[in-house]
Formats: sequence, structure tokens, C-alpha cells
Amino acid sequence: MEISELKKVANDIRIDIIKSVHAAGSGHPGGSLSAAEIVTALYFEVMNIDPKNPEMKGRDKFILSKGHANPAQYAALAERGFFPKEELLTLRKLGSSLQGHPNMHYVPGIEMSTGSLGQGLSVAVGMALANRLDSDPGRIYTLHGDGEIQEGMIWEAAMAAVHYKLDNITAIIDWNGLQIDGRNEDVMSVAPIGEKFRGFGWNVIECDGNDIESVINALNEAKTVSGVPTVVIAKTTKGKGVSYMEDQAGWHGKAPDDEQYELAVNELGGEL
Amino acid sequence: MADKMATREAYGKTLVELGGIYDNLIVMDADLSGSTKSGEFRKAYPERFFNMGIAEQDLYGAAAGLAISGKIVCASTFAMFAAGRAFEIIRNSIGYTGANVKICATHAGITVGEDGASHQTFEDIALMRTIPGMTIVNPSDGASAEILLKQVIAMDGPAYVRLGRAAVPFIYDADADLKLGKGNVIREGKDITVVATGIMVNEAVMAADILAAEGISTRIIDIHTIKPIDEELIIKAARETGAIVTAEEHSVIGGLGSAVAEVTARNCPVKMAMVGQNDTFGESGKPEELKKKYHMTAEDIVAAVRSLL
Repeated sequence: MEISELKKVANDIRIDIIKSVHAAGSGHPGGSLSAAEIVTALYFEVMNIDPKNPEMKGRDKFILSKGHANPAQYAALAERGFFPKEELLTLRKLGSSLQGHPNMHYVPGIEMSTGSLGQGLSVAVGMALANRLDSDPGRIYTLHGDGEIQEGMIWEAAMAAVHYKLDNITAIIDWNGLQIDGRNEDVMSVAPIGEKFRGFGWNVIECDGNDIESVINALNEAKTVSGVPTVVIAKTTKGKGVSYMEDQAGWHGKAPDDEQYELAVNELGGEL
Repeated sequence: MADKMATREAYGKTLVELGGIYDNLIVMDADLSGSTKSGEFRKAYPERFFNMGIAEQDLYGAAAGLAISGKIVCASTFAMFAAGRAFEIIRNSIGYTGANVKICATHAGITVGEDGASHQTFEDIALMRTIPGMTIVNPSDGASAEILLKQVIAMDGPAYVRLGRAAVPFIYDADADLKLGKGNVIREGKDITVVATGIMVNEAVMAADILAAEGISTRIIDIHTIKPIDEELIIKAARETGAIVTAEEHSVIGGLGSAVAEVTARNCPVKMAMVGQNDTFGESGKPEELKKKYHMTAEDIVAAVRSLL
């Protein structure tokens, strides 16, 4: 895909995020919007996947470890053709397959049920070990929030991935600098993230997480690294693309009202 | 055959046998492979063994990843750190996903002995019982540990297998007809039923002998599968004997006693007494001394029976 087309996909995903969260009346728009380019790069350019055959052997797998950003993942899957786009408006509703946090048994293309932070990287370690045993060429991708890496379990998994030389893992950190209670440095400092992972033995790549080309280059570079896992630290803006949500911790976990919804869709050039 | 064996010994031995049958069997541990006996599998199949270091959360998260990728995973550590420390990972990444992970947890209960209270878990069955879809198995001896482990490996989905540190007498023959999910009547009796699990099954047998000398006919049921529990057998025993004593090496809160009481309360309430850890922490000592001090012996079962009759 051309970069201009991918930019349009990322924008469409942002519109889908706003529409689905607004329809749900709850959810997490901030960290979903910050990850729009990341999920676009993964599902439309980088990963070897087939929407017609979600269980394809040898496919790449993506674990949304920051499960609350699933409006972004659902939108990417729908845009990619894993399920009809109309379903996005059932997000978080009773009986919907689009649970408030992802369930692998309900939605084609979801590889792991997540929601409780910090568990995705360990699951990736297990999947990567299995792929190595099976000579399966698939890569395992994970996406984490910056606040999420405050979980100790992340660092247990970070040690294991290096110990077992799991170069088939690419972890991505959505570094938007905000978590529910405020800025990382006010709640619990995570910086310098790159040096922490380097200290654990990871290959570290930094990129502009809201620049599709920068994200794709980083993810493609990660594929060429052997012997160690790679973490892509993607600098992003929380709420990216919606003026009043950008860099506001308050938009971590609430839905826009009708007026805010119209403003957001208009800013993104979408149709109401 | 020796007359005693720890269930963890049976676990290690059986894993090696199963490794030859199931190409996709993976065994994992968290730096306790010598104690849990999962190390026996490592010696036989090093390429299918993963030590995750002292990191129980990662152990069970990675186990989930392997299982979701098509492996059968036995992931071992001490029961305290499996059910306790890793509870929420087991709940969300294994229970909620239905991952085919067998949590084979050793050193459960008071018979951990000298290591003391920090390592003696009485909460694990209670914790695991609350997870939907979790099968819970608590073998009473080396033979049943082997028989039941093979059935646990043959079924799909998460299971918690509770294993002990101390060598315990054999109750069963190697070819005993035990079935996952079905309690086993060890001895018929008409006056009262003792429903026991794990090492307390042997104590129940000794208690029944003491009671028989007093003319009390005691039925003994081994509930090796605590979840799903054999409701039919418990209801039948309640109806026919009119009173039940439960015996477990676990807290009387939330374990076998509670599980049996949930069945009788809903179906045919009978008088009950519960032998187990009485809502207190343990301490260091020899297993037999501790069983006595914390009231988990045949004599305690006898006293409980007398209290009901």
C-alpha cells in the first residue's frame, strides 16, 4: 500500500474509534487514537495475515497487551475485512462479540484475550517458544501502554525473552506519556524506557508512533534482527487527531458526548 | 514397590512416560524443578522443558502462550506461588481463555513441614475453585497421582493438580479404576461418611478402623477431583448415612468442606463437621508433628465423627 493510502486507513480507524466509543457510551478513546498508526502498520503492511483465513498456519500474531485500546484493534480488523464494519457500533453492548476488552474466542483475528495489564508479553514469550519448536516462521507482536510497563510481570517476561533469544518477538510501547491518573512522571516514572530495555538485553528501536512511515520502518527493521527480541518505542500523542483529546489524561477512559462526537468526526473529516 | 511415595515423585515419573506419548507436551518450572520433580522431564526431554526462573507470573503467562499455540503444558512450582502469587494470571490468561495449561503445584498444605507458614498454603483449592472451568485434582497417593495425571493430560482445558512434598502410604494399586470427576468409595459404611481428599484419605482409613472397633460403620469417599465434584455420590452418602465429616489438608474455608457443604445444602442438608486448617497460619516442624498440632489426623477425624453421632 502507498503511504497516502495507509494514512487514510489510519484516519478511518480514528473515525471508527470515535464512532464505536460514542455508540458504546464508554471506553478508552485516548490510548486507542494514539495507536492508530501502529495498528494500521501491523494489519495493513507488516504482518503476514489473511482475513479469509484468520487461523492460517505460519501467520504473524498480534497481542494487544493494553487491551483497553481495543477500539483501535477492532477498527483495524474490521477495516481489514475480518468482520463487518457495522459490528463496530455494538462495542461493549450486551451480547456483542466486541467485549470491553478483547476476547479471542469471540472475534476472528484476536489472538489473545487481554485486559488485565502486563500479561501480553509473557503470552508472547510462550507463543514465540512454541513457534520456534514448530519451526513456524510467524512473528509475535505485542502492544503495551507506557503505564503498563510499571507492571513487574513485564520485566519478568523481558528477562525471559532475552534468555531464550526470542528474536521472533517485536514488542511495541505506545509512549504517549499519560496514564489514568496523569503523566507517567507524576504517577510512576517509566523513563528512560529505551535504556531499561537495553539493560535487559533487548534491541531497541525508537520511532514516531504517529507517523505511519516511521512505524513501518521500525517494524520492518525489527524483522532483520537476530538473537535478541526487539522493542519499538513509539512516541505518540494520546488522543491524537481529535484536538480536545490530544495529550489529555482525562480522555483515557470516557466517551465523547453528542456534541463532542460531532466535533471529533468533523475534525477527522468523517461523515456523521 | 516402596510402601510410600510422595505425589510429586509420581508426578515427575509420570511426566517422563507421558513425554514419550505426547510430542506436544511441554513442561515448565520456576526454579524449583528439583523439588517439584518436573526436572525429571527436563532430563528426558530438555528441548521441551523451559525454566522461567523465579517468576511465577511469567511462568503462567508463557504457559498460556504455549498452550494457545497448541501445546499441552504442565507448569509447576510450589502451590503457594502458583495459586497464590500467580492467581490473577491463571484467572485471566488461562481460565478465561480456556488454555490447556495444567498447573501442577507441589508442596501444598501443612506437610511442607520445616519451611513453615510462608510456604504452607491452605488457600489454593479455595482460590482455584472460583475460576470457571478449572478442573481441580488432589490425589491421595503415588498411584492415584499417576492415574489421574494421565487423565488430566488427556482432557482439554485448564486444570490444577495439587501435589505434596512428603512421602505418603499407597492406598491404590497401579491399575485402580479411578475416573476424573468421580469420587471413589474406599469403604462402604452406614452410620456416617467421611469425605476426604489428598493425604487425608489415608487418615480417614485409619479413623474408620478406630471407629469400627467402637461399632461405628464409616463410609469413606475419596474426592480426588474437587471440581467438578461428584455431586451424585455425595448426595447418596448424605441420604444413606445422614452425616458427613470432610477431611482436607487445606483451610476449612473454601476447600473440600465448603464444596461438599454447597452440594448438601442445595440437595439434602445433613449434619457436617470439617477437619482441616482452622483459619490459622502454620509454622515450622515435622509434618507429623504439624498434622497433630493443627488437627489434621485420624484422631481428629474420629473426634469429628463422635461430635456428630
